Amino acid sequence: MKILTTPRMDRCIGCHSCSLACARLLHHRLSWDTAGIRIHSSGGLTTGFTAVHCLACASPPCAEVCPTGALQPRRDGGVVFKKKLCNRCGACAPACPVDAIFIDREGELFVCLHCGLCIPFCPHDCLELAEASDLRLRLSSNLTEPAS
Amino acid sequence: MNTDRFTVLLFDLATGKGERVQVEGRDRVAGGSGLAALLFDRYGQPGAAWDAPEQPLIFAIGPLTGYFPLMSKTICAFISPYHHQYTESHGGGRSAMALRLTGLDALVVIGRSPGPCFLEVGSTHAHARDCGFLWGLDVFETGKVLRRMSKGSGHRSILRIGPAGENGAAIAGINIDTYRHFGRLGGGAAMGAKNLKAIILQGDGVLQLPQGNRYATLFAEVHNQVTASGMMKKYHDLGTPANLESLNDLQSLPWRNLQATADEAVEHISGQRFAEEALLRNSACSGCPVGCIHVGFVREKFMDSHRYLYRQVSYDYETIFSLGSMLGVTDMSGVLTLLDLFEKAGMDAMSAGVALAWATEATAKGLLSVQETVVPLTFGDCASYRQAAHSFGNGLNEFYRLLGQGALKAAAVYGGEDFACVLGQEMAGYATGEVFFAAQSLGFRHSHLDTGGYSYDQQHADKDVDAAVAFLVRDEASRAFMTSMVACLFARNVYTDTLMAECLQALGYDGLAATIPECAAHIQKLRWQTRFASGFHPASISIPKRFFQVATWKGPIDPQYLQALQAEYGRAICALAGR
Repeated sequence: MKILTTPRMDRCIGCHSCSLACARLLHHRLSWDTAGIRIHSSGGLTTGFTAVHCLACASPPCAEVCPTGALQPRRDGGVVFKKKLCNRCGACAPACPVDAIFIDREGELFVCLHCGLCIPFCPHDCLELAEASDLRLRLSSNLTEPAS
Repeated sequence: MNTDRFTVLLFDLATGKGERVQVEGRDRVAGGSGLAALLFDRYGQPGAAWDAPEQPLIFAIGPLTGYFPLMSKTICAFISPYHHQYTESHGGGRSAMALRLTGLDALVVIGRSPGPCFLEVGSTHAHARDCGFLWGLDVFETGKVLRRMSKGSGHRSILRIGPAGENGAAIAGINIDTYRHFGRLGGGAAMGAKNLKAIILQGDGVLQLPQGNRYATLFAEVHNQVTASGMMKKYHDLGTPANLESLNDLQSLPWRNLQATADEAVEHISGQRFAEEALLRNSACSGCPVGCIHVGFVREKFMDSHRYLYRQVSYDYETIFSLGSMLGVTDMSGVLTLLDLFEKAGMDAMSAGVALAWATEATAKGLLSVQETVVPLTFGDCASYRQAAHSFGNGLNEFYRLLGQGALKAAAVYGGEDFACVLGQEMAGYATGEVFFAAQSLGFRHSHLDTGGYSYDQQHADKDVDAAVAFLVRDEASRAFMTSMVACLFARNVYTDTLMAECLQALGYDGLAATIPECAAHIQKLRWQTRFASGFHPASISIPKRFFQVATWKGPIDPQYLQALQAEYGRAICALAGR
């Protein structure tokens, strides 16, 4: 299975097109927050941008603390979210080590599902869906591939 | 939702309290420019001084803001300290999206805080906080402290002023998110007069989108048009600085206080040269995939033993013109260094460069000396300009404080009005001919973006006054509607009336979508009526002699043609306002 990766964030211009696409297409909202990928400036605009999203843990701590089974481990990393099972307890967000889960004021959670809907809206090809197995191999050999 | 109503936050700095009000009129004024004029008519005091506490400082967005690509700008409206009349300044960054995500169509700030403060507005909160410790800090330091004091990195917009705005300089701007501005006509001083150092817009709200696929499909179509068109390349690649060489080739680039319109030295400050040697990276306004913001870098050795610092400075055509060709400065590092100094001070770099160019020629003519300018000003002498920029931006003596009111104000005291390059305000970088000179002089914002006068000049060698004025009136109405949406004007070729109508319909604004031409005409009229009510009259604008002494690709300026354009365009504007 593929997971969302952000291998070329040094190209990011901070347009938020990716997170706005996620909020729009997956969640039918206009928002900077209710999205599986969220763009923040890293120490002000002069130092570029960082993408906050699910890094596809093999054993997701968010799923471990979920009391209702709404978040379940996904094959090859990350989680599957079953909205109907969620009791909005909010335990998942603080369990995530990289702050990838956003919870809105109604208690609804937003996390990357690794669907790739955001990718076509990035003007600089910063994002990529990659096979988890390939990615882990790539990381282990410390290779950086150019964009296609 | 009720699509005819605007949600407005009226915040009184004197009491520290805000009030959400509903204002009707969407179908008549759309938003942005039209909404700002509507709100000024409601809350403004046309007869009162620009810095009277009750005068409103207005920030307004449009019905499409955030919902479609490049609908990414905000209108700031206020009584200008420059000409004491109603005006607008337009800016981007994250301001428009952040304001949208507060759930507001507009923010209106009234009153004067008893002491320095900043205002923070989010979807569920609005409060002013004391910040005497920020008063006197430059724009960048202010931004750094406020980033530490508030949450929401990347999901907020920070508008702030520097010492120029605090000191009441009529050419002080408002900085937006480091690299964008409400630059022209003194919005910074309008904030400073309220003891308002900064505004933080927290985009923490969540808005529901229309049901069904229509909206998402249309969004994708617009996104594809924007990214597939030449616009993407034009504005992202070299950006607006590509115009330096082309305007120089057309004998339309002002050099050394408009004593020339072309110079071979342009090759040293061309868009190509900046892109190859100074461009660090691009950045974007939120919701815009184009990324037209060009951030350059300049490295400076500040001590022996190879001790360096570096600065990141956003550059555009206009600032390279005003601090480069207009001052005869032809090295990129010099231009960026001067630009950085005015950025820190919070002074509009376009106006500041043109005003300094006047001071330089006045020095050469013996009207000014170092007693006023602190350092001798000579075209091309960047080292002196650096010191002057520091003194000017921070208003360190009486002369520079006067120059901060505009070149003509200083010329009224020291002489040299004939060569002050002022067309309603300090000129934009287009010595294209008679139509542009008349258009900026009388334009609503005295901006090169009010109308496409500079473009008309380049396409018409004839001297048909009626045709030119008809173009200006028609083009202004079209742009007034776009700035009511509020679209980035770079997208004006993508967002036709037909496409904007589709976008409006997708969001439920059927009434507005069906009446775009009528609404555009109404907004155009309303804006001019508001401007007239605050004291404007075309007859009060004079065009300095320097503009009659210019030669462009069409040859020497034709004084009779320029005067006829000025008179006829003035009459047309009066007619628009019903005067």
